[in-house]
Amino acid sequence: MREVAVIGVGMTKFGELWDSSFRDIGLKAGMLAIEDAGLSGDEIDGMFIGNMASGRFIDQHHIGALIADYSGMASNHVPATRVEAGGASGGMAFRQGVMAVASGMHDMVIVGGAEKMTDVDDPSSNAIIDSTADQQWESSMGATMASLHAMIAKRCIHEGMATREEIAAVSVNSHANAVDNPNAQFRRATKIESVIRSSAVAEPLGMFDCAPISDGAAAVVLCPLEDAKKHTDKPVKVAAVSQASDTLALFQRNSILSFAATRVAAERAYARAGISAKDVSVAEVHDNYTISGILAAQDLGLFKKGEAGKAFLEGVTLTGGKMPINTSGGLKAQGHPIGATGVAQIVELTHQMRGTADKRQIAKPRYGLAQNVGGTGSAVTVSILEAI
Amino acid sequence: MASVAREWREIPGRYNTVGTKCGACGKIYFPARSLCPKCRRASVGKMERYDISEEGEVYTFSVVHDAPDANMRMKPYAVGMVKTTDGVLLTGQIVDIDPHRIEIGMPVRTVLRKIYEDGESGVIHYGFKFVPKW
Ligand SMILES: [Zn+2]
Repeated sequence: MREVAVIGVGMTKFGELWDSSFRDIGLKAGMLAIEDAGLSGDEIDGMFIGNMASGRFIDQHHIGALIADYSGMASNHVPATRVEAGGASGGMAFRQGVMAVASGMHDMVIVGGAEKMTDVDDPSSNAIIDSTADQQWESSMGATMASLHAMIAKRCIHEGMATREEIAAVSVNSHANAVDNPNAQFRRATKIESVIRSSAVAEPLGMFDCAPISDGAAAVVLCPLEDAKKHTDKPVKVAAVSQASDTLALFQRNSILSFAATRVAAERAYARAGISAKDVSVAEVHDNYTISGILAAQDLGLFKKGEAGKAFLEGVTLTGGKMPINTSGGLKAQGHPIGATGVAQIVELTHQMRGTADKRQIAKPRYGLAQNVGGTGSAVTVSILEAI
Repeated sequence: MASVAREWREIPGRYNTVGTKCGACGKIYFPARSLCPKCRRASVGKMERYDISEEGEVYTFSVVHDAPDANMRMKPYAVGMVKTTDGVLLTGQIVDIDPHRIEIGMPVRTVLRKIYEDGESGVIHYGFKFVPKW
């Protein structure tokens, strides 16, 4: 296997992009990444696209062909593959791209992620999100994605793993960090009380506990590490990409207070990178709901069980803190255009590892970790980038 | 809109919480599975019908205020995970009680109720819900 490097990144602003179509945003992110890598585009020999539900959001299936066409890649007949794994679609597309280059099958791959969610109304959008749980035995029984996470939160509070304030602090952390991110959907800070008092979605979670509905796209360019210096002075090494599965339905797990797929994917990634959790300088975690941020921080080993909430509450996880989490603003504040999310995490970590994260830059970065989740922990990818 | 067949084939599980028990390792599953995920090949032909207990207690729950219109449920409504006396977890609505009076550990039993309708002339979906066991 060859070592792989990220040599270019790009993303659109995340948010309600009323004047942009799916084609517009997909193309823009790809162009920015290719430009960042200093390429003409002719060097690209493979494309992977993370997208969850274009068939339901914009009535368009077959978006591999669509993006290849509109990005000009179809004129070179570059193979384009769409990857779907619910909320983990982007992280999984990234992993497929890394595997393609590592194996020697491809020498220059672009990984994109895109979702256009605001072309349907909010209830439709939420119904599509709910379909990433078990449609037959959860969603159609009345369990929304928010309520499944709310039930995790309720039990966590009941067992003393986190308090309501600590859970709300995950949102406060993401919002505080997003203030310095020009691409973020929400660039304003919020307070614990505002999160707790926000209108109820699924008790105990309110609107400010939930990631928004967003449009957006992100892209990264990958090549063998040995060739990376030909294209950029600041390549970033992909130290690990791992993935793990679990039951589709939450109620079939041994425990709902932890996502086993996150723990296993993290163990595999740390082993591959030859590091442990304490070596992680910065992490982008899947805070689609505030409680998910608590679970992620613990399951990744960044904090001990029962201690992540306190860390969020005390600001340890802020960009300037000891263990920065979601310097981009995370899903909650940067936005969550589902298929783009996992790729945007790689964009943020690449900036951190290169030292180009501007006001969000953390000191002395060495390893950056991204965790991307599908459903209620049914599919998880963990990727580790290394500054070289 | 879902076909009638899609609804009909799930009736044993949806109406009567019929699951399966693995004849090889004894683990109980809901919904029914034709393969035990732990025993895999060794469980082929050994998965037996198992009627999940109708009694249990609330393991966790949420009061839902924001849900897709398609569900046409009265909002807010309560959804919970119930641990049956067999130790199996089930997900469904908790009804016949003010949602804010529900507590973790509260004893409940499963009942058959209407779950939702596919519009005015579509299929009416029935299934299990939980009610307090007074
Ligand atoms: Zn078995």
